[in-house]
Amino acid sequence: MEPRKVTFPHMGEYWIGFKALAERMGCEVVVPPRMTVQTLELGTRHSPEFVCVPFKYNLGNFIEAIELGANTIIQAVGGCRFGYYAEVQAAILKDLGYDVKFIRLDAGRNPLDMVRGFRDKMGTNKSFRDVKDAFFFAARLGLAIDEIQDFARKNLGFQVTPGQIERIETKYLARLAAATNIREVDAIRQEAKAELGSVALDRPENPLRVAILGELYLVLEPFSNYDIGRQLALRGIEVHQPLTITEMINHSIKGFKHVDELIAHSGGWVDHHLGAHGTESVSLSYTLMKEGFDGVIHLKPFGCMPEVNAMSAMQKLSREYTFPILFISYDSQTAETGVNTRIEAFCDMLEMRKKGVVSA
Amino acid sequence: MLKSYLGIDIGSISTKGVVVTEEGDILASSYLWTEGNPIGAVKRLLAQLEEDLTGTEARIVAVGTTGSARELIGAILDAQAIKNEITAHAMGTLSLHPDVRTIFEIGGQDSKIIILRDGIPVDYAMNTLCAAGTGSFLSSQAKRLGIQVEQFGDYALRAERPTKIAGRCTVFAESDLVHKAQMGYAVEDIVAGLCNAIVSNYLNNVGKGKKIEAPIVFQGGVSKNVGVVKAFADATGHDILVDDCGHLMGALGIALLAKASGLEDDFDFSIRSMSFKTTGLECGRCPNNCEIVCVLRDEEFLAGWGNRCEVGLEQIMRPE
Repeated sequence: MEPRKVTFPHMGEYWIGFKALAERMGCEVVVPPRMTVQTLELGTRHSPEFVCVPFKYNLGNFIEAIELGANTIIQAVGGCRFGYYAEVQAAILKDLGYDVKFIRLDAGRNPLDMVRGFRDKMGTNKSFRDVKDAFFFAARLGLAIDEIQDFARKNLGFQVTPGQIERIETKYLARLAAATNIREVDAIRQEAKAELGSVALDRPENPLRVAILGELYLVLEPFSNYDIGRQLALRGIEVHQPLTITEMINHSIKGFKHVDELIAHSGGWVDHHLGAHGTESVSLSYTLMKEGFDGVIHLKPFGCMPEVNAMSAMQKLSREYTFPILFISYDSQTAETGVNTRIEAFCDMLEMRKKGVVSA
Repeated sequence: MLKSYLGIDIGSISTKGVVVTEEGDILASSYLWTEGNPIGAVKRLLAQLEEDLTGTEARIVAVGTTGSARELIGAILDAQAIKNEITAHAMGTLSLHPDVRTIFEIGGQDSKIIILRDGIPVDYAMNTLCAAGTGSFLSSQAKRLGIQVEQFGDYALRAERPTKIAGRCTVFAESDLVHKAQMGYAVEDIVAGLCNAIVSNYLNNVGKGKKIEAPIVFQGGVSKNVGVVKAFADATGHDILVDDCGHLMGALGIALLAKASGLEDDFDFSIRSMSFKTTGLECGRCPNNCEIVCVLRDEEFLAGWGNRCEVGLEQIMRPE
């Protein structure tokens, strides 16, 4: 049998973690090329028109990686159409004449269950312990990536020397990608923290604070949301993004307790678990509003679950507390200009609200 | 010398311009069709404004641009303020109605709602992915019914029993409309039904979840349609204010924002006689293959857009 060459869909910088996980299974890894317009065009051309847009990005990643020699695809699973991505993508790729194997990464009933299931499907000769450690290592990488990017989002708009934080971010992400063990990851993380901490900032006392919420893929993949986090930050906004791999890890450790907590803290705005991070979107909108945030931006693919499960509550909450929430829906054709206009107007509005005057 | 400010709103369908004094009084204004050529439209607009201003003491010290061609025209006119149309509309409307609490705006290709409290915009929404509630839909349906879009409102007001037209989607609306017409309904009733459909689409789509409170000001090209104004009044239970100069609100707002920018530079109408050209090219340096649009002034590079990174523009500005 041909040796396995594994690939996976892109999602922000988390490829660093996915790559480490697959490598520790003893596989060769083909990281899909960076997302470009071509990725989306490829994915769109071969996808059903009405499918949600992450499907199209994923498919584009797969085709580009297969062209580089990948023959095995790890695809995750979710509770919506995402749960059926792997099957449909496998059928499409087969029709296109590609011979690839899909391995579904199923969250399982709990983290250990996930590890066990993944080990079985990979058919690896690695011990359970090795596979578990691989997950731990990948998770540790995820936490480190989140920490660096979290700092960047919150401070990008205030750096005295433009581009400095981005350069530090790039440098340490590259180092994380080359790390081989947990101790190394932790050391890089400490170093990154120290270097980021020494960046000269010109930060107003009370900057605008905006949180990005919504469907996970759109939130985590900057190419798909036109790098909205960076765009907001460059307008002098402290950008918070509570949905990250860190949050997902916490979620999977706490299990349903996590959801119960979100519901308990939602001020009555949500009383049962909603999919597609709807519980987070509603509950966090409420808590962030109470914390004095200036606004929330909600992202989702056109046709995604939040349209029916989270947005109505968020709209009502927004109206009741006159709390600004901007909803943006993405598809493969959305014009970037339209999104930029809405963001600019949203930021102007937050600024005027804060100052209490209409100004330029 | 009379210090004044020029505001231009270049929309997809129409281009609007005003010149205002420091006090915000309108000295000159103009309104014409963009006809898919924003640069040409602005040149014609400037000619009209210049003519209106001859003999006055007015001297333009700052320029602002808004609307979908704001970047392009802003670069050409070296504007002091380049702002989105939502902020501009809020600003313009507040200068005339300091107590406004809701602004409805329906333009050619888009529609928006702005909610204000105590003179501050606190919430807004803009239509996405749907043209059913916009002016271009009305004009295409007017053509189908064989009446001038300007007469639409009068037809609607004459209706005795407005028929029901689905407003959720232009395709449904159109098929409903054809059906009703073929059934023999009076044109007046169909037109009134269409106005109701536009309003219901707007309130359920753009205005969804918003707290609509009076005073309500209605603007944009569609506000000239008395049938839609009446439908809004019926649906909200409030008086709907429509200004004669409602179509100029964006231009007025951006003129005021140009003034508020504090930046000044004498504006020269002779810019009209310069030649501006836009060219598009595909960068080709990476698979993104960005389509870069460049605007040239008298064959000299002025500005470019559409690049995701600096590579493409550098290549254009410093060709080896």
